[in-house]
Amino acid sequence: MKLSFFSALLVLLFMLSLAYGAVPIPVESVLDILLGREAERMSWQHIVLQSRLPQSVTAVLAGASLAVSGLLLQTLFRNPLAGPSILGISDGANLGVAAVMLCLGGLPGRLAEGLVSGYPAIILSAFAGACAMLGLILYFSSKVRNNVMLLIIGIMIGYLASSVISILNFYASADKVHTYVMWGMGSFSGVSSEQLPLFTVCTLAGLAAALLLIKPLNALLLGELYAANLGVPIRRTRMYILLCTGLLTAITTAFCGPVSFIGLAVPHIARLSLGSSNHKTLLPLTLLAGSCTALLCTILSAPPGMDLILPLNAVTPLIGAPVILYVIVNRKTIQYFN
Amino acid sequence: MEQPVIQTSGLSIGYAGKSGKRKALHEELYLTLFPGETTCLLGLNGAGKSTLLRTLCGFQPPVKGGIRLMGKPLEAYSQAERSLLTGVVLTEKTNAGGITVYELVSLGRHPHTGFFGRLKKHDREVIENSLEAVGMVHKSDSYVSELSDGERQKAMIAKTLAQECPIILLDEPTAFLDITGRIETMILLRKLATEQQKSILLSTHDIDQAIRMGDRLWLLEKGSPMVCGTPEDLILKGVFETFFGKEQMVFEPLSGRLNVKTARTPIGLEGEPLTSHWVGNALIRNGWQAAETGPPPCINCISKDRIILKLPGGRQKETSSVEELLVEMKTLRPVQT
Repeated sequence: MKLSFFSALLVLLFMLSLAYGAVPIPVESVLDILLGREAERMSWQHIVLQSRLPQSVTAVLAGASLAVSGLLLQTLFRNPLAGPSILGISDGANLGVAAVMLCLGGLPGRLAEGLVSGYPAIILSAFAGACAMLGLILYFSSKVRNNVMLLIIGIMIGYLASSVISILNFYASADKVHTYVMWGMGSFSGVSSEQLPLFTVCTLAGLAAALLLIKPLNALLLGELYAANLGVPIRRTRMYILLCTGLLTAITTAFCGPVSFIGLAVPHIARLSLGSSNHKTLLPLTLLAGSCTALLCTILSAPPGMDLILPLNAVTPLIGAPVILYVIVNRKTIQYFN
Repeated sequence: MEQPVIQTSGLSIGYAGKSGKRKALHEELYLTLFPGETTCLLGLNGAGKSTLLRTLCGFQPPVKGGIRLMGKPLEAYSQAERSLLTGVVLTEKTNAGGITVYELVSLGRHPHTGFFGRLKKHDREVIENSLEAVGMVHKSDSYVSELSDGERQKAMIAKTLAQECPIILLDEPTAFLDITGRIETMILLRKLATEQQKSILLSTHDIDQAIRMGDRLWLLEKGSPMVCGTPEDLILKGVFETFFGKEQMVFEPLSGRLNVKTARTPIGLEGEPLTSHWVGNALIRNGWQAAETGPPPCINCISKDRIILKLPGGRQKETSSVEELLVEMKTLRPVQT
């Protein structure tokens, strides 16, 4: 029921994101272009196929990935305020990307051009950075049982990563810093049609892996000891969940920059609208809601009547922060908090 | 006698101390748990109740010695196989507030279902029977967060029933419950033991309930060997006095209760049984001790509203309630040290 509502919303927002923008294109023409028919104007065809379609597809996949990794982390750490950006995982990916972009020169540079404009290096370094952070968090999670403390540790590690990034920024050349700063604002338009297949394959693999974890995730609602008593191999499951989260966060961060709040807020939107923490329906719904939220943010980042595009990370908190505030204020009456 | 479901031989339990050396809390434990019996594990905080339960669950390895589960060593079972034998109810806080009672109980089917956890017809029947057994059918569609503490505990017990394992281990299942919740839970556990031949082991602080409901007691105390047996045997042997008879406390074998140790003056008490029982209760609280009736002062309970206090010198006071009696007795001698 809720699933079909969010599916319909997804289709609607997807069409809207293709039609809407600096150059408005009628929905009929968008449909024509998508179905391979001649459009009224050639420029429209170019805009839709070369610019907006990759952006919308990226938003759908990235939104789903971030939201799902947020949900996985919230269940694993049994803390509804966990998320890829809060636990320092995004910061880890940032650090990896910063190291490549600022030290090795990432995007420009002759050497990098050979490696499909440096993207594999950036993805790998983002993945390595995210996994390193996850490893650290995992290590601390075995030492520190208290989830709030663990969250604070995550934030501290994030600060450490940021401080290293600042140092790298300080010594890097101005153009490299500019590239890095632009990347850091987050954007779904950075993935070109050529890179899209790789991005799609990676995120779909991560999302599929997450769907396979539904059963142990439900057992983890009872806590690790109960889950172990129900036959869930805890160490291995933790590992799978963290690898899955690491992959999803790293891929999205590498391609779209560190996108804030979607991973933290969307699982709450999904739980609140579904009224259940059962991952059997919650996980698919979170996935859809993540895509919807990302599309909505893309649409909002080009405010009507103004000829400008806002950075993505200026828009996501507008949706995310109120959700989190609502959840915290109402935590006494929200079932999944009690 | 039936074959025990759990048997330990020379078991040492403990935890990993500093520098990785394992520190033993208790050594040389020879314990047996039988089907159809409720066993209560009693002990003060820090005596090692949770450690023993965790070790029996396989959550932590024994320091030394072995545990046999259904006649086979515990290590011989995989984690999946163990989950079919032992179900647990823990004190751990869960995050299950956002799922329904039905969904919570269906988690107990995990060891039985396939990779995706799809519930088949048989699974649904087992879940419904489990809900029925704990009397929570009417709450199946409620959120776990909407349950009272007692109902939550029943739902967790139903989860272990859905798991269909012969052994249920419970860590202080009655700790946070009010008095009716405590009694209901204990009666439920006894019923499951006798009707479904479950082997139930629970840790508790409630000596009263343990003596009344436990088929067998395990008494655990830091630094002394563990004692096991039928509650009545343990009381008659005077084991309780040594276990719980600490500085300020004394175990009273007749009532089966712990009480504060004070010097008491004996006073004769006789009459109608129910009234004299409760008059005796009031006397203990006020520094007296009911004894065989003798020369005055002594008390004769004719009925609940005629209690006669005989005083030295042939005088006597007739009172109509325990309260009045106590007022009269205050003039007799100052109470309480």
